[in-house]
Amino acid sequence: MLDPRFRGSDIKECMENLDQIFVQAKRTVMNLAESVLPQPLVLLVSMLISIGVIAAIGPVIMMYLTWLERKVVGRIQNRIGPNRVGKFGLLQPIADGIKMLTKEDIVPEGADHILHFLSPVLVVVPALLVLGLLPWGRNMAAVDLQVGLLLFFAITSTGTLSIFLGAWGSRNKFSLLGALRAVAQLISYEIPQVFSAVVVIMHTQTISIVEIVNAQPGFNWFVFTPWGFTGLVLFYIASVAECNRTPFDLPEAESEIVAGFHTEYSGMKFALFYMAEFLQVFSLSALAAALFLGGWQGPFLPSWIWFFLKTYGLIFIMLWFRGTFPRLRVDQLMGFAWKFLLPMSMINIVVVGIWTYASPIVAWVLGILIIAISFGVLAKLNTRYHIERNRKFILAE
Amino acid sequence: MWGTGVLKGMAVTIKNFFDTYTSKNGIFTVEYPEKRLPEKERFRNFPILVYDEKPEELRCVACDICAKECPPKCITIVKAKDAQGKPLKQPEVFDIDFTVCMNCGICEETCPFDAIYMDHEFELAEYDRMDALIYKKERLSRPWTHFEKIRPTDAKEINERRAKDATKTAAAVKPAPPQASNQQT
Amino acid sequence: MTNTIETQTRPSLSTQQLEVSIGPQHPSTHGVFRMNVVLDGETIVKLKPVMGYLHRNHEQLAENMSWLGSMPYTDRLDYFCSMTNNIAYALAVEKLMGIDVPERAQYIRVIMAELTRLVNHTALVGFLLNDLGAFFTPVLYAFREREKILDLFESVAGSRMMCNYMRFGGVKLDLPDGFVDCAKAIVDNYPPFLEEMERLLTKNEILMARCQNVGILLKDLAVNASVTGPVLRASGVNYDIRKIDKYGIYDRFDFKVPLGTVGDVYDRYYVRILEMRESLKILRQAFKELSAGPVISQKGLIAAKSPRNMKVPAGDAYGRIEAPKGELGFYIVSEGGTKPYRYHVRAPSFINLTILEDMCLGHKVADAIIILGSIDIVLGEVDR
Repeated sequence: MLDPRFRGSDIKECMENLDQIFVQAKRTVMNLAESVLPQPLVLLVSMLISIGVIAAIGPVIMMYLTWLERKVVGRIQNRIGPNRVGKFGLLQPIADGIKMLTKEDIVPEGADHILHFLSPVLVVVPALLVLGLLPWGRNMAAVDLQVGLLLFFAITSTGTLSIFLGAWGSRNKFSLLGALRAVAQLISYEIPQVFSAVVVIMHTQTISIVEIVNAQPGFNWFVFTPWGFTGLVLFYIASVAECNRTPFDLPEAESEIVAGFHTEYSGMKFALFYMAEFLQVFSLSALAAALFLGGWQGPFLPSWIWFFLKTYGLIFIMLWFRGTFPRLRVDQLMGFAWKFLLPMSMINIVVVGIWTYASPIVAWVLGILIIAISFGVLAKLNTRYHIERNRKFILAE
Repeated sequence: MWGTGVLKGMAVTIKNFFDTYTSKNGIFTVEYPEKRLPEKERFRNFPILVYDEKPEELRCVACDICAKECPPKCITIVKAKDAQGKPLKQPEVFDIDFTVCMNCGICEETCPFDAIYMDHEFELAEYDRMDALIYKKERLSRPWTHFEKIRPTDAKEINERRAKDATKTAAAVKPAPPQASNQQT
Repeated sequence: MTNTIETQTRPSLSTQQLEVSIGPQHPSTHGVFRMNVVLDGETIVKLKPVMGYLHRNHEQLAENMSWLGSMPYTDRLDYFCSMTNNIAYALAVEKLMGIDVPERAQYIRVIMAELTRLVNHTALVGFLLNDLGAFFTPVLYAFREREKILDLFESVAGSRMMCNYMRFGGVKLDLPDGFVDCAKAIVDNYPPFLEEMERLLTKNEILMARCQNVGILLKDLAVNASVTGPVLRASGVNYDIRKIDKYGIYDRFDFKVPLGTVGDVYDRYYVRILEMRESLKILRQAFKELSAGPVISQKGLIAAKSPRNMKVPAGDAYGRIEAPKGELGFYIVSEGGTKPYRYHVRAPSFINLTILEDMCLGHKVADAIIILGSIDIVLGEVDR
């Protein structure tokens, strides 16, 4: 039997402690450092702890995302997925890592050695960097910048450059095709991505990610508004394209251009490209959660658990996409970004404007109406010449 | 047009995802080394030579029919000879080249002496690709009981026919040529 | 003949055409096949198929082998449909020898041929989706069902894919016990699977956008290039050898021939789905009418026991069937001996492949891959 005194406040206190467990841990280390070290070095220690934790957590996230992807896609395909190395195949990522490290590193003869070496490194750096901007829980952002969101987009957009660098450096025609696709795609999808994030900035009047999360306390997540929902869907689709994931995985389209921009990479360099991709999947899902799903906000459970729940929920949808969809064609991909996502996200900005100035009921009705009508019109216009829904087939004798 | 087709597709895949946890038939794969599918009786992989009692006394009479019928010509047979150099009705050498054999089963069909059959054994990988993959006579021979175990229906039929043939040959003064007797079956 | 399209000369930026060799090592050329593609950006301006990497001298081998000896080799032509390959070859030799096939064997042949059609079309739909970029899900759903039919083949013929089941004048062995019940269960479970597949694919907007109006093959060109099979029927030509030749006992079955109207990749995909439904109809009728009796004629049995001594009267014969991929024909010439004098395979994959360039020009690289996938080639049959 539970001690009758052990109720309410105790559980609450326990949860609060659990909530702040990582913050407390860091504070303890900092207190220790303060008592030993001079003042300027303490700041350095604080930075090093944050950097160390993020640099360590990045590869772990990537490794277990590969495991999760193989498991989820396996289940979708009526398979079990990895189950040989360790219980449930949990050690599989480590085995893969060892394999990748011991593999021969092949550099093509005609390749530009410097670019070929530099590109996988450069592609990982921004992916790791943005992890520092994410609010992992209450008081748990490594840096709370006033321009966090802006910096996030700025950093992720440099990934394009290193992808092109790597493809150009490997001197392969498939790589080149993949790189051209990557550049076109990433630049095009960045615009609707940022535009759909703008609605949140307009509503909260801040571009600090931490502040945006703070603006959605309890269950007041932005996704429960018409503009928030639309924004989430648009942002999410654009993010899928940014991560080069199915159905927008054209830069590395396996069935068309072998492996696209990383055709000529093997061993650890290849693993680094993969790491960048998976870290991007994680960070963009986390950002989507922070912007529209209230980040770490949520009742009962510790904040960081909420953060991971939401992020992995979004990641699961990406894996689900991967298990379901075929790929789009280049022109359709571009058309989708410019002719559908961009106008849609612009209309969404209008809706959030109405939301700010109109009374709640008017705003709801008007918002849903505008979004539904514009979705219908845009969908109709976009598919008019491409899709023939009910085609005729003859059953002859 | 409205994205409904895409959503329907997603419903199909998520249903399959949850089926693997809830439904018994959700997972279709068999975890091979631990679990195996039941063997089909007619499954054929690689020939074996059968003997009735002793491994030295194969049913094979070294007639060379299978070697001649084999489409990729993977069988090599040399007749055994006794001390006087008179050919015996048994093989001295009976080699099957596993790298050449295409598991078609024509040797089994054409053998008039019920001596060569297709086995169910399929885990035949070797580290050495030269000598280890040439199967010698000793490695090919299996007792008739083994065949009865893997293919009971066929074995029953063959046993009955052989018993009938045996009584027939015992009755006749001169043994009938085996090929002719086989064609009547 | 050079048909490179002149790219527009721009004042400041000059462009260059890119020559890419897709294959022989490429994830989606369905084997060792190569396409030399000249690209203007992503658009194909020239495409040259290169084949022969899997040439195994099939025809020459057959000319140096007993008549039955090349039966197992025909399994390896189109390794997805060894049953139909066997039937076509047996048909040609039976024509020349004048052997009859017993009633039960005829039904068994029809059952095997239609099951093979299911196997082939199911797998093809999966592979086509792989070419479209789906991450193995449709192909594994397809394999899930295909595996059940292959298990049936194993229980009948001893091997899942290299069946070697047909003999001149019948089939090798009678159906094992319980085969018909198993097969009936599979046939009954097929429509739900097809519906699942269709829910996943047919109305999928991405698939429709990718496949519709891509790689259109016009009626005239299709007929002139002697394209056959579902590719031809997707272009709207009513040509099915099961209906035209009525070989075997196909005149007894009631089935329709699905035809497309546009002739693009989507039609080729959907015609195959419809064809599977017709195959199921044929199978149901065949199970109903299957009667007891011998499975191989006396003459055939003797020949099967001693293929080395089997002589075929002098003359020539052409046996053709509607294989899942198109018209599969075996042309054989005999001089009256134990070996064919001339042996030729009219491989549907090979002949359907000849119009690849005409379908691909002006499309994107990604389209070339799915057009190739929709033709449904197996390199074992193309290169022989």
